[in-house]
Amino acid sequence: MNLNTSILKYIDDVKSGSFTVEEFISATLQRIKDIEEDVHAYLSLNDSTINDARLIDKKIASGEKIGQCYGFPISIKDNICISGTKTTCASKILENFIAPYTSTVVNRLQNEDVIITGKTNLDEFAMGLTTEFSAFGPTKNPWNLDYVPGGSSGGSAASVAANECLASLGSDTGGSVRNPASFCSVVGLKPTYGLISRYGLISYANSIEQIGPMTKTVKDSAFLLNILAGQDNNDDTTIDSNNVNYLENIEDGIEGKKIGIIKEMTTEGLSSEVSTAAKDAIGDFESLGASCEDVTLPTIPYTVAAYYTITSTEAGSNLARYDNIRYGYELESEGYEYNSYISKSRTKFGPEVTRRIILGGFVPSAGHAGKYFLKALKVKSKLISEINNAFEKFDYLIAPTAPVQPFRFGEKIDDPVTLMLLDYNTVTANLTGKPAISVPYRVINGLPIGMQIMANSLEEKSLLRSAYALESKTNLPEVPL
Amino acid sequence: MTKIGLEIHCQLTKLESKLFCSCKANYREFKPNHNICPVCMGLPGSLPRLNQKAVKSATSIAMALSCETPEKIAFFRKNYFYPDLPKNFQITQLNVYGDMSVGGEGYVRVENKKIKIRRIQLEEDPGRIIYEGASERTKITLVDYNRAGTPLVEIVTDPDFESPRQVRVFLNILSDLLENLGVAEPGLEGAMRADGNVSIEGGSKVEIKNIGSFHDLEKALHFEITRQQSLSERDIEIAQETRHWDDRRKITISSRSKEEDQDYRYFLENDIPWVKIDQNTRDTLKENMPESISSKKERYVEKFDIAPQVAEIIASDKYYSKLFENAYSDQNAKDIANLITTDVIGFIDTKEKQQNSKITSKHLSDLIDAINSKIITRNSAKIALQEIMKSGKDTKDVLQEMDLGQVSDSSEIDAIISQIFEDEKQAVIDAKKRPETVNFLVGKVMQKTKGKADPVKTLELIKSKLNG
Repeated sequence: MNLNTSILKYIDDVKSGSFTVEEFISATLQRIKDIEEDVHAYLSLNDSTINDARLIDKKIASGEKIGQCYGFPISIKDNICISGTKTTCASKILENFIAPYTSTVVNRLQNEDVIITGKTNLDEFAMGLTTEFSAFGPTKNPWNLDYVPGGSSGGSAASVAANECLASLGSDTGGSVRNPASFCSVVGLKPTYGLISRYGLISYANSIEQIGPMTKTVKDSAFLLNILAGQDNNDDTTIDSNNVNYLENIEDGIEGKKIGIIKEMTTEGLSSEVSTAAKDAIGDFESLGASCEDVTLPTIPYTVAAYYTITSTEAGSNLARYDNIRYGYELESEGYEYNSYISKSRTKFGPEVTRRIILGGFVPSAGHAGKYFLKALKVKSKLISEINNAFEKFDYLIAPTAPVQPFRFGEKIDDPVTLMLLDYNTVTANLTGKPAISVPYRVINGLPIGMQIMANSLEEKSLLRSAYALESKTNLPEVPL
Repeated sequence: MTKIGLEIHCQLTKLESKLFCSCKANYREFKPNHNICPVCMGLPGSLPRLNQKAVKSATSIAMALSCETPEKIAFFRKNYFYPDLPKNFQITQLNVYGDMSVGGEGYVRVENKKIKIRRIQLEEDPGRIIYEGASERTKITLVDYNRAGTPLVEIVTDPDFESPRQVRVFLNILSDLLENLGVAEPGLEGAMRADGNVSIEGGSKVEIKNIGSFHDLEKALHFEITRQQSLSERDIEIAQETRHWDDRRKITISSRSKEEDQDYRYFLENDIPWVKIDQNTRDTLKENMPESISSKKERYVEKFDIAPQVAEIIASDKYYSKLFENAYSDQNAKDIANLITTDVIGFIDTKEKQQNSKITSKHLSDLIDAINSKIITRNSAKIALQEIMKSGKDTKDVLQEMDLGQVSDSSEIDAIISQIFEDEKQAVIDAKKRPETVNFLVGKVMQKTKGKADPVKTLELIKSKLNG
């Protein structure tokens, strides 16, 4: 059984009877059993997958109506709620939290007969770029187990790359889908803010984050977006997708399209491998009939600072509810006064979360908001007007997803500022709400490099077309694991 | 000069659901923690869904208080830790950075003085903390989240009041107004709360919190003014601070926690997009707004020649004015109004009695018809009212069952008078000497007929018998 297959190929094979859903799911479970100890992509596994598979096989055999997913296996980042299952955010503070309701995205997938393999690892509360900040130990990069898988959706990316499922849902606040997609050589899409419901996604920085599909192919990404996109009554920030079919005309190519190469993201700070790959990509785009030209967005050097200011402010507020009163873990309240009790209970947060909560208490505070938080908001609005100008001229804006390739564990964890700069090329899409995708582009020295393409708001269809065109120019090796 | 300002919170209990979820706005009938869901409990991953009707109700209130109402509004997070606050921030509104709340810059006229309304904002009520044994010293504190997320309107006035009495008059006007709008039930326990702030000449502003009722508010204000005056007389500086009302000892105490120093880190609630309230919506709200109390009163006085005091009583109470509006015709309006203020109010003087009463407007007009066509006496009407209130039966049936029909047949009354003249010989002699004592004899007739005799005719007949 070849587990390294796309969703679309899987569906064809199940439809044509090449294998049953149960056969594929069994093989996937065996794969998880074989390699999970090394990879550690999952925090928990669904123990009803075989039953689910049998039910779907029965439906297929009896000709009953069946959802368009045909039981393909998908993993879900462990900051997205599924009723009756643990949703930990890779945090000790939610170690025992069992969600009493299901997120909209999972509902939509389950209505289409998907099979959920389990919940994947992440940096605690999605704050980080390596999964080293998971309270339950890091995920390893399937391309080289000594290297980080990227983050925060590192478990999701690794589970797809290591063939422990066919796709995953991650969340992207500053690059958390695209960065691990780039590091693990999978396709990661961060859609326009509001295109996918966040109901059931545990908030970190709610004004800029989105759930996004992580897949083996660009077409699979479009397939999932067809299911996930659109308005949701449980999320007031969602917008109408107008029932766009993202798969339709995806092979139409990008002849005549105008591409801006973001100068601020391609000149400084890139490793030589990434820099070379970026030049190759420009060549590929041109050979596809697009015209490429440098573009300058002068506010970009301030975006990482603005991003951390805004996200810390929101995180400080969003994570305030973890006071261990309505849910949480065992901690006897006897002998504590209220404030000392919550202080005590909140010591369960890990170092990165604690750092951002402290920052989030400071930057928007009465005496400092003008110097930090309000300034960050100004950067954000300036950046939006710059990028809107750029999209008047260009169809797409491109840059490498990450300035470097995956690195070894421990290499950067003690240097928060260097870690933060890994976000340099990805935060712009979040701050501006624009859609962006990371496409696997190269594997050099056994380690992946992804290219990022950004498009204007709600231009996912066009974005996916360009990603498909670039993908078709690549010929990447299989994961060695 | 004493300056008092108010901060009033009023729940929009007439709404079906809470401000951000579909749990009931009227949480009172539920067992503790039985009117909750992932949203109002602030569970991880839940998101607020704005109740658009609440925005409309709050905008109506702003309009009724002559406020400016903006074209779009935004919500903010007020961040602080408290056990009754499920998310440890409250979703509220703020007039900063040019981001408007539902209304501001309005006023209410109180005894010819304009009390300015600084701003009105829509926000969520927190849960309720219950100290076991009703003491803050108890070891056990219980939290009931049924109330969490109930739509709440905060109304902030300028420090325009000069006395606690003025505050009381204002709060009466305000609660009548809110009830008249059909958005709130200020009579419900805890549905309308007010905090106050007080400053006297040369002193700083002192805020008073933790006030349970309007009655206590008046007491707290009195206490605080006296406290500040006595400090001032002794040249002791009045510090700017927040004080808590101690309900048991009836005094205000300085809050040890420095609430005034708290930094709420207000910032935009991005889970709720800006809400547009376009001109069309505002026009519709204005058109559908019930008539204001003052214009109602004016109408009653001018159109029906009803006494201003009577008109005031009926106009300011939603229950009475509804009874009146549905009962009156151009001919009987004045009589109906008088019947309400002299008799109905005596029987139905509380909200609870209003709820239980079965009197309808038709009963009132039927009774007035019966009085005016001399079928019953005014006195009998009062007796009938009591029965109608309980049973809700048709007026005609009640009059018949209770045998309240008026006796206006002269010979019948005459026979009764003759009997009374026999029984009350001394009274007859007295009445002949002093005509003003004749009422005793009339009363006896009434007693005998259980109030059914036509009083005018009775008096006439007695007089002629005395003279004859």
